[in-house]
Amino acid sequence: MTRFIARRLVGMIAVLFAVSVIVFVVFMVLPKQNPAQTLAGKNATPLLVKNIEAEWGFDDSLPQQYLTMMKKVFTGELIQYEPRIPVDDRIIEGIPATFSLAIGAALIWLFFGLLLGYLSAIRAGGWLDRILTGVSIAGISIPVFFLGPVLIYFFSNKFEIFPNGQYVPFSEDPAEWLKHLILPWFTLAVLSIGFYSRVLRSNMLDVMNEDYVRTARAKGLSERQVMTRHVLRNSLIPIITLFGLDFGATIAGTAIITEAIFSIDGVGNYAAEAVQKFELPPIMGVALYGAFFVVLINTIVDIVYAYLDPRVRLGESASE
Amino acid sequence: MPGEEATAERGPWSLALRRFFRNRLAVAFLGVFLLIVVFVLAAPLWADHVAHTGPNQEHTVDTVTVDGEKRDVVTPEGKPIGPQWFGAGGEFFLGADSRLGRDEMVRLMYGGRTSLLVGISAALIATFLAIVLGLLSGYFRGWVDSVIARILDTIWSLPVFLIGLSVGIALAVGGLKIGPLELSSGSLWNPILIISIFTVPYIARPIRGAVLALSEKEFVEAAIAQGAGPMRVMFGEILPNLASTIIVFFTLMIANSMLFEAGLSFLGAGVQPPNSSWGTMITVGVDLLRIQPLLAILPGAMITLTVLSLNIVGDALRDALDPRGKTRMDASLQFEAQAGTVSTEGRATV
Repeated sequence: MTRFIARRLVGMIAVLFAVSVIVFVVFMVLPKQNPAQTLAGKNATPLLVKNIEAEWGFDDSLPQQYLTMMKKVFTGELIQYEPRIPVDDRIIEGIPATFSLAIGAALIWLFFGLLLGYLSAIRAGGWLDRILTGVSIAGISIPVFFLGPVLIYFFSNKFEIFPNGQYVPFSEDPAEWLKHLILPWFTLAVLSIGFYSRVLRSNMLDVMNEDYVRTARAKGLSERQVMTRHVLRNSLIPIITLFGLDFGATIAGTAIITEAIFSIDGVGNYAAEAVQKFELPPIMGVALYGAFFVVLINTIVDIVYAYLDPRVRLGESASE
Repeated sequence: MPGEEATAERGPWSLALRRFFRNRLAVAFLGVFLLIVVFVLAAPLWADHVAHTGPNQEHTVDTVTVDGEKRDVVTPEGKPIGPQWFGAGGEFFLGADSRLGRDEMVRLMYGGRTSLLVGISAALIATFLAIVLGLLSGYFRGWVDSVIARILDTIWSLPVFLIGLSVGIALAVGGLKIGPLELSSGSLWNPILIISIFTVPYIARPIRGAVLALSEKEFVEAAIAQGAGPMRVMFGEILPNLASTIIVFFTLMIANSMLFEAGLSFLGAGVQPPNSSWGTMITVGVDLLRIQPLLAILPGAMITLTVLSLNIVGDALRDALDPRGKTRMDASLQFEAQAGTVSTEGRATV
């Protein structure tokens, strides 16, 4: 186990290093334009560009420039230039909204995904299964940038049931917080509901063919007991990993788009606005911190999974 | 393609084709996809002969004659005209796009061209890279394999959408210069390259797996015994046997790339003006959701329909080409789970 954790941590550091190098190369080395000009934004004064050049040391060697960038990122000195605000302040401000969105959506997708998957699996081949399969395939195929506008139009413009986006902090008004988040939650969750129900269904169908399920039936357990205690429980293990990975990936992916559609003032919308204004430091910050967070979650999930399922870590060392 | 000759025995390709065409749903959606292709290809015809305007032609102060009555394309308050259908002889069929007064129908057709072009090109490049990497990795094994596998694993564990977003915006601001290769900041190649590079692992991994399995087969040993060199074995013996894997994943890759492109473009880090794609059209439309909801919903619906039909066709192709296929988690599901292309790792199947 120790060896497995050590290997995973080394792998994590390698990926983080790769992320930082990609960001460095893309922002500092590849552009045709002077990177200081790029960082300063579209309407920067020559003086600002000069200052940035000095601040970031663009005359230094590339490794030195890389170190300067990393130092800025880790000491919170990454700054957006118009207006002049430290990037990590804005990111920290956005975290409650982003997490409210992501965690709420995750609970919804887990609940409905597992429910639909379970119903579909115990009625495999029947009409309910067919309907649910159709529903989940449709769900999987609806991207957030389609579903979001449709939901806003119907539920907030046509019938004014829910407010049109924005974010109200939970500490200010829990009821409004909930009302403002319901549409974004479902927008973000629908795709994963479809996905999880398909995955759980296929896992359960696999597990149903296992010997121990036959044994459970043979010893006279009721169908319900067999399904919940033996089949469902064993089908959930892979879901745990999938969930850990998806959660990180959602925060770094579809959540950005969802925040932009619903104007939720989270980290993703901060990045989206910076993209619109062609401001690079915030994007650099969000990409690096976001990637660190996602990779960290993935590593933790891997370790937890290996702990839950010894086959993983044993298989790993046996294949080496 | 072999198998079309009138032989007593049907070849595997014709059998697969027959199995595919027996799947009515898939055939219907193949039809939908072809209709979409025809729709976007017809863009210049519609623009020249029906709408009499181009995708970027602004009509801020123009009027349009609807049933003999002159109306502003954009009202003084900045509200664009709604769908006219054939009321104005096909002009502003779907209305105007924004206060710029561009013809939405023309933009939808041209935007679809960009979306499909980027999606297909990115999928082609990714597939090509994946074939080369997969063949090298699976055939040579050893250190070649470890290096390639490490690179693929690293890309695989990146939050690709976030990184793609930052690369996209960096290129959109500063352009790109690597040695002789130079891309301007508005080039369509920027999103194409970003998408293809970050999606390579999704197709390279299954190809590498297939190559590993194939290179153990007798016919490969036989070829080597006859003195065939690595190039002949890889491209002459192994590659033809990868055809079904490649066809299936290529179809799914187009869908995946289109979603990636739409996500990037929606946020402003993909296709740059003057080009527009369905993704950028949604951005424009969302601002007017309250007054002209179709402007945001139509391009979104087009993406959804295209992606859905590609996914269904891809699934059916796999069933047709690999009838004994194991019931492992649908590869297409893994793709779709990334709408907005987030890396959902398949490590659950360790």
